[in-house]
This record gives sequence, C-alpha cells and structure tokens, in this order.
Amino acid sequence: MKYEAVIGLEVHVQLDTKSKMFTRVGTGFGKPPNTLTNPVVLGLPGALPVMNLEAIEKSVKVGLLLGCKIAPICKWDRKNYFYPDMPKNYQISQFDQPICEGGEVEIEMPGESPAVMGSHRKVELTRIHLEEDVGKLTHYETDSLVDYNRAGCPLLEIVSEPDLFSPDEVFAYLTSLRNSLVSAGISDCDMEKGQLRCDANISVRPVGTKALGTKVEIKNLNTISGVRNGVEYEIKRQTQAMLEGEKIVQETRRWNPDQRYTTPMRTKEMAHDYRYFPDPDLMPVKIEQQWIDRIQKELPEKPFDKQRRYQSEMSLPYSSTSALCGDRPLCEYFEQAAAHTNVPAKVANWVVNDLLRELAQNNDQTDSKAETVTLDNCKISPQALAELISLIEEGTISNNVAKELFPEMFSSGKSAKELVKIKGLEMKSDGDEIEGLCAGAISKDPDAADKFRGGKEGAINALKGAVMKATRGQANPKLVDETLRRLLSS
Amino acid sequence: MSEEKCVDIDYVSNLARIELSSQERNKFQSQLGEVLKYFEKLQKVDVEGVEPTAHAFPRFNVWDQDEVQPGLSAEQALQNAPKQRSQQVVVPKVVEE
Amino acid sequence: MESSLLTSATAAELINLLKGGSVSSVEITQAFIQRIQAVDQKVHAFLHLDEEDMINQAKSSDQRRAQGKSFGQLDGIPVGLKDVISAEGQPLTAASKILENYISPYDATVTRKLKEAGAVIGGRLNLDEFAMGSSTENSAYGPTRNPWNLDCVPGGSSGGSSAAVAAREIPLSLGSDTGGSIRQPASLCGVVGMKPTYGMVSRYGLAAFASSLDQIGPFAQTVEDAALLLEIISGHDPLDSTSYPSNVPSYSNELKVPLEPCKLGLPQEFFGEGMDEEVRKSIDLVIEFYKSKGFEMIELSLPTTDLSIPVYYVIATAEASSNLARYDGIRYTSRSERATNAIDVYAKSRGEGFGEEVKRRCILGAYALSSGYYDAYYLRAQKTRTLIRKDFDQAFKQVDAILTPTSPTPAFKFGDKSEDPISMYLSDIYTISTNLAGLPGISVPCGFSQSGLPIGMQLIGQALNESKLLSIAHVYDQEHKYGRKAPSL
Ligand SMILES: [Mg+2]
Ligand SMILES: [Zn+2]
Repeated sequence: MKYEAVIGLEVHVQLDTKSKMFTRVGTGFGKPPNTLTNPVVLGLPGALPVMNLEAIEKSVKVGLLLGCKIAPICKWDRKNYFYPDMPKNYQISQFDQPICEGGEVEIEMPGESPAVMGSHRKVELTRIHLEEDVGKLTHYETDSLVDYNRAGCPLLEIVSEPDLFSPDEVFAYLTSLRNSLVSAGISDCDMEKGQLRCDANISVRPVGTKALGTKVEIKNLNTISGVRNGVEYEIKRQTQAMLEGEKIVQETRRWNPDQRYTTPMRTKEMAHDYRYFPDPDLMPVKIEQQWIDRIQKELPEKPFDKQRRYQSEMSLPYSSTSALCGDRPLCEYFEQAAAHTNVPAKVANWVVNDLLRELAQNNDQTDSKAETVTLDNCKISPQALAELISLIEEGTISNNVAKELFPEMFSSGKSAKELVKIKGLEMKSDGDEIEGLCAGAISKDPDAADKFRGGKEGAINALKGAVMKATRGQANPKLVDETLRRLLSS
Repeated sequence: MSEEKCVDIDYVSNLARIELSSQERNKFQSQLGEVLKYFEKLQKVDVEGVEPTAHAFPRFNVWDQDEVQPGLSAEQALQNAPKQRSQQVVVPKVVEE
Repeated sequence: MESSLLTSATAAELINLLKGGSVSSVEITQAFIQRIQAVDQKVHAFLHLDEEDMINQAKSSDQRRAQGKSFGQLDGIPVGLKDVISAEGQPLTAASKILENYISPYDATVTRKLKEAGAVIGGRLNLDEFAMGSSTENSAYGPTRNPWNLDCVPGGSSGGSSAAVAAREIPLSLGSDTGGSIRQPASLCGVVGMKPTYGMVSRYGLAAFASSLDQIGPFAQTVEDAALLLEIISGHDPLDSTSYPSNVPSYSNELKVPLEPCKLGLPQEFFGEGMDEEVRKSIDLVIEFYKSKGFEMIELSLPTTDLSIPVYYVIATAEASSNLARYDGIRYTSRSERATNAIDVYAKSRGEGFGEEVKRRCILGAYALSSGYYDAYYLRAQKTRTLIRKDFDQAFKQVDAILTPTSPTPAFKFGDKSEDPISMYLSDIYTISTNLAGLPGISVPCGFSQSGLPIGMQLIGQALNESKLLSIAHVYDQEHKYGRKAPSL
C-alpha cells in the first residue's frame, strides 16, 4: 500500500514593533540578558497589560495580505500553564475569537530548472491570532537560565489547514509566507533570531483515502532546513510504522536537529488543560470597516502578483523576477532604476547579478567593524545604475567596460560618467581610426581574412579581437564589425 | 450535575501546581465537594440568551501607541530572584514538557 | 501639641492644623509612629513600618510648606497602605509567606498619586493572605485584632487598614475590595470604608486577587476624610486598561453643597433571615433618620441576591487561580529548598508558600476553569453576573442609592468561622453583589452593639456617581460621627 502525508503548520512570527505587546518597554534582539523588562514583562504583583495598537494594525495587515476575514470583534484570553520562560504562568492569547479567520498562502513549487517557473497553488489557512512571546531558556548541565528580554513581544500565530502534502510544499509555504511578511514590513522573519518559528502537525494515510490519519505534532522546527528535515523524517517514521502494522499514537514529538530524529514529548493523555478564559485585565478590540479599508489601501503588492506584473508588463525573464520578487527593497530599487531607462530587462539583470554580487561580496569580506552595506546605504543609487546602463545603450561605453566600472562605482560612489571621463574610456567610434585599425588587422592575419571570405563566419572574431586589443577594449564593437565586413567583402 | 460532587483533587492540585499534604488533601476533598454542592444553585438559573459579563463596564479598543518607555535595569529585574547567574534567573533543570 | 490630640484628629482637622502652622508634618508623623509603637503589639495592624522613611517624607513636606510650595491638601498627612499595594523600595507580602522577601521595584499608580499629593506613605497593613478572607485570620504573619475587642476579628480582608484607622494608628489608609474587603472590615471596626465604581481607581500596582472585581478604596474616620483621600487616588490611568476615562470632581468640595433629599431603596432580600437583631435595630434608626431629613424610602427587590455568593466565588476563585500562578518560586517569590527540578519548584514552593485558604481557592478556581467544567461554572457565573447587574439597573430606575447593613453581624470571635468556608463566605452576603455589578459602595458606622462592637450601614450608589453617594452618606455621618469614637486601648 502507498501512503501520503498530510501536514498542517503553525507558524509563530514576531511582529516588528518598537515596544512589547502589552507594555511599552522596548523590544530587540541580542541585548544583554534581562535588560528589556519592566513590572509587566516580569509579571510582578500588580502589573497590568495594555495593548499595543501597532501590533493590532500589523495583524490586520497580515490578515488582509493573506485574504483572511478580519474579525469585527476579537478578545483576549489567558492560556494557563506553568513554564519558567513564562513570567505570569499564563500567556495572553486569543482562543475562540481570533483576529483573522480563513485566508490562503500562494505557493510556488520548484520548476524544471531555475529558469522555469514552477506550478502555483493556494494553501488554505485556518486562522491567525495574536499573542505574547515567552522568555528564552538556555539549558546547562544541571540547571537552566532564563532571560526575559523576549517575553511579551508581539507574536502572530498563523495556523494552516492540513493542506500541505510534502516537505517541498512545506518549504514553499514557508518561503512564500516569509516573502509576503518581510515585504510588507511585518517582521524580518529571521529564523536564526527566532523571529519565525514553526510547529508541524503531521499524519499519514493510505493514498486514495479521505479521512485524516492520527496526527502527531512536531515541535522545535526552528531552522529552514530543520523544518524540511524534521517533516521528512516524521513522514518516513509514520509511513514505516504503518507499513509494519503499528498504530500511530497521537502525541507531541520534538525534532532533535543534531541527531536528526524526533522523540516523544507527551501523549494525548498528558496534554495540557489550558483553562482558557477571557482576560479580565483587557478590553476587546473592535475593528471597524473604515479601519480595514484604510489598511487595505496601504497594502503592498503581493510578491507573486508583482512577479506576474514584471513578466507581463516589463517582459522580465522568470529568472530575474524570481530573484527580485521576494525582496521588496530590491524591487523598489529596481523599479526606480528601470524608470530612468527603457530597457527594464537589462536593468533587472544588472540588479540581480551585479548589484547582489557586490553586496554579498562586500558583506562577506568586511571585518566586523565596517558597516555592512545594504540597499539603503549602497553608493550606487538607482539613478546611477540607470546612467551606467544608458551609457551602454547610447554606445558611449561597451558592456565590458561597464562591467569593469561597476565594482568601482560600488566602492567609490563615483558616477559612471565621471569614471569614464577620468579614465578616458569612451568608446572609440571615429570611423577613420577604426578603419585604419581594421585594415591593419586584416593585413596582419591574412589567414583569418581568407577563412572568413571562404564562408567561415567565426573567423571574423580573431580580427575583432585584434582591433579591440589595440584599443584596450574601447573600440565600438558594432562599428568594428561593420567596418571589418565592409573591408573583407570589397 | 449529580448530587454528590466529587472533585479529582489530585488532578486539580497538579493543574494548580500546589503540593498538598495528605491532611490538606482530605480536608479539601470534602470541603470542595460541599462548596460545589452549594454552587448547584447556579445550574438552575435560566441563562438562555444572556450575554456573559466579562467586564463591569465594557469598552473597546483600550490601547497605547507603540512608543518605548524606560523599563527596569537588569539589577532591578533580578533583585528578588531566589537564584541568579550571568544576569539571568537560575532554575533547576527543566524537564521538557 | 499633645500627641493623643493629633492621633485622634481627622485628616481634615490635621490639614487645618498644618495650614495654621501650629503643627508640622514631622510632629504629626511622630505622633502616629509613637501611637503605633504603643498599641500595635495588641492590634497587629502593621506588617512593616519604615519610620525613618516616613520622617524623611514628613520633613520634605514641611520644607515644601515653608517655601509655600505645598503639593495640596493631603501634603504631610500619613496614609497607610494595605500590603498588596506596591510602593517602590518597600516590601509587599500580601500577608503571604511566599512573598516574604519581596521588595517592590515600582510604585502603584495610587502610591504615585499619593506621593504627588505629598502624603506621607506610612506602613504596610495586614490582611488576609492575598486578600482572601473576611477576618484577617488568614495572614501568614498572624491576625490583626479588632481594636474594640481584641478577641474579635477586625473583618477582612483589609483588616489591618480598618483596624489601624480605628486604633488611631494612622489617620487614613487604603484597602482593596473584591467582595466587601473594605466595607466589611470598616463596619466591624467602626470606621468609614468605601469601594469606588470599578475602574474609578487604577489597579496598576495592586497585587490582583480577582481582576474583574478588585478596587482600591479609602478608610477614614469620617465620610469627609474618605472623600479627601478618594479624590487624590481616583482618575483615569493609561496603565490600567480597565480604568474608566472620566474626570474626577473634587469630592470633598461637592460635600459642601447641600443635598436635596432623594430616594433610597431598601432591597427586601437584604432584610431577611440571618441578620443580627442589633444590626437590624441600628439600620431601622438610620432609616428613621433619613426619613426625618425628607428622604423617601422605597422597598424594592433584587431577586438575584442569593445567586451572588456562588457567582462571586466561581468568578473570584477562577480569576485568582490564574492571577496567583505567577507566585511560583522562579523570579521573585521564595523557592522551596526541596525542589530538584522545575516542576517541583512550582508545586513545592506554592505548597509551602501559600496558606490554606489561598490553596483552597486556587484549587477551586482551577477546577471551575478546567476542561469540561468551564461552561457549567465560569461561563454560567458570568451570565448570571449579567442578571445581577440588570437587577441593579432596574433598581436604580427607582432610587438614587440603596441602603443595607454592611455585615449581617458585628465582629465575630477568632476561630468562629475559620473552619467552615461556606459560613465565612456568607458573611460577605451584603457586599458581594456591589462588586459583581461594579457599583460604588460605602460603609458608614451607625452605632454599637450592647457589647460595644461597632455596626455599619452600607450605601450602594450608581456607577460613576461617587459624589452623590458620598453626599448621601455625609448627611448621616456629619450628624452622628460614630467613626469619631475611639476604642480604649
Ligand atoms: Mg499553538
Ligand atoms: Zn502560539
């Protein structure tokens, strides 16, 4: 018998806000331990929560971005359980009235090659709710240490339907979700920093059957590769068990990334009794249609919609759009540069190849003291890139010269025009001079000339090379080609 | 609801994370049974269609702008901790749950 | 001036003395400290007293006054805090062993407001552990005794706050009231105690018992003093999402405006069995008094009254079970030495750190919220709470305030009810529904039993109309002044 996996994901995303979900002390990653607390974060006697408007606004934004129904009224509930990373021993969350319901995430599966677009599908969402994060535990030999800096940060839990069927789909789902959230400014979704965390509910069933199998929840899938490997392992484990006639136990298992297997944490019988009840310290949220309309208007274009637009309106190749569209600032950079030229495909090519390469190289080799270069502080402005491309298009410089200039523009911030002028790199387009050089090349290499005349088209390249060499690459290649052909046919 | 309400005292005290002496356990077992019997009154109230009161004076949208205000120093945050190391609270080994 | 004259004075009188320059805040503060030193081993109202800090506050107040920069009416007047209200640098034990070593790193909003008004914050006052109780017997640090009879309870849970004012150890104090915890001890100790409308006083910094019911309120010898203190601590607080956004009038000034006689309601359910005969007689005299002043007495019905105790105990214990989960031996409460792993830390620290009543209520509350019981208990109680609120809405269509006894009996003896939770819970029968409906209520002393124990009446007012409630209470109080009588200690 063949089995198939059915997977649902619970993704926790830290919202990018300045202050915490229910109190106004700051948020941040990598700060010294316990320096981002106050009485509310620590759950001191008498501390009370007050909502962060920005977190609610961002949650509505996510809901609209993912096509959810926004709740007209949502409320806060306490989820009660004891754990040392949770200061109050209850988490303020949303139980039966989440802020968003339904919705979907468009995913793209890998194509035949990186240059070919893969198939698209929409994965259904169950709900999205807002809650507060817990602190961070670090385990040692005999004890554990708790840092409450992360405690109380706004956390969005995005729950999918059991609507994913392979580790590749899970990967595609997370990639798409992350692109949407990052590009909308919701979160940086850096898994290394715990800004995006993932639990998976996995079951297997015989192919062809409709009913879901017994589900197992996998925790601790905290890196992109961890998600893929953990899901893959668990599907294999369950399939193997089914093949051997074992029953799958409903339980929670933990992914151990180093050993690469899952181990049981608790069974259904040991499941928590969370004693949810409405938090009496907080008032409910009413989300008026006007508010929703305003946020809707401010919504950024979705990455896949943008990709389709670039392909249809700007005739960009798929490979460029797939490199651009997950990265909103890069898209903005591209669009600004493209607006100054009429060759968007060429601009895209420069952005995804040359610009990204320089950025990556720069940030690879810079010592820790140097500031990392990002699009924001990059010395080549979109206008400067457009100018460089225009110089090629006008025939002022060759493509090769442009490729040489680019790294220098990147490091010095000098414009292409400036560098061309200083270095005297304008293309040589003086007809007489070129004709002289071409004639010289033919007479120096009669062999190649004869071969060309005899019908061997490729032989002209040797002659072109000689002319280019003589001009240090600055001869206008188009003019050289024309001139050589004229001389050779006469 | 039956006349004799029996609370699974071990389950609930574990839920509340309160260790009870066997004396307390027995005392609470019978007292809570009586209290719950007294609460039976509630089961007879007709609450069909009645909205629950979560707040005496409900209002909506009580929130703050996302502006950072100063918090506690690490020293203040840890001043009452029973045990600390490396500017963090020490807890005995956490049995993953 | 003789120190007993200072300690027996009302806050209003002390304010006048300070204004007249005949006495300083340091002298006043010293007089009260001496009084505490003299009588508190009998009464045990105080859990902690930072005398040096009080004297320093009083000195600052005197300096401000000398420079003509006084902060306001209450500048220089000592105010005691129930030991559940945070004050920076001071302990907060909630009368629990589990908070034995805790020092608060921040001020409650009421504490901040008192400091801004120049009050001398003095002493931490005893209570039933985490405000759970009606007798102050549930304090881990020993009970407070009723200053009128040391064999009797002072009421609770704010028994330290009421006894301290009654024993003239402090002119004013703050307590908290979840089901009667200000009004009942005020009644049993013969002082004025008031629970404001839910949301009138910020709960920020008040260690929570039941969040949807808790309110901080004043204790004083007179309604006038209570008004003075209430106007300082009231008002909207952005740190408390349940705080009501309203402007606070000067209650003490409004008391000076003569009150037109109005309508008082007498709910029949409050005058049935269980009420002590002496209490009934005192209340009858109160009724006669108001009638003589032209007030109209209207008999009415609050049919859900008998549901208020089960509703209250379900809601209060459920909320408490969650609110008290933070006292776990991890971050700031005492940790059991027997604990070897994290789970152990919880169960053992809480088992050792909590007293019996707190354990009983946390377990009851956890049960009421647990899987399979939520609908039958918590949700049902919340719905019934709606019915109780509606009863009051109906009543207030007919009357301006409701008059009842505060407690069915005068102060009872130690141990009388402590082994029977239900009979203890029943002693809150007259006060609980006010909290469930979120309404303001005030207890005013209205006489003494033959054995010399104080009796109190309760007036319940309309939401957010503390002015009217105080005025109605003041009409009686200014002519009787039972709260001015001091016990001999
Ligand atoms: Mg979850
Ligand atoms: Zn969650």
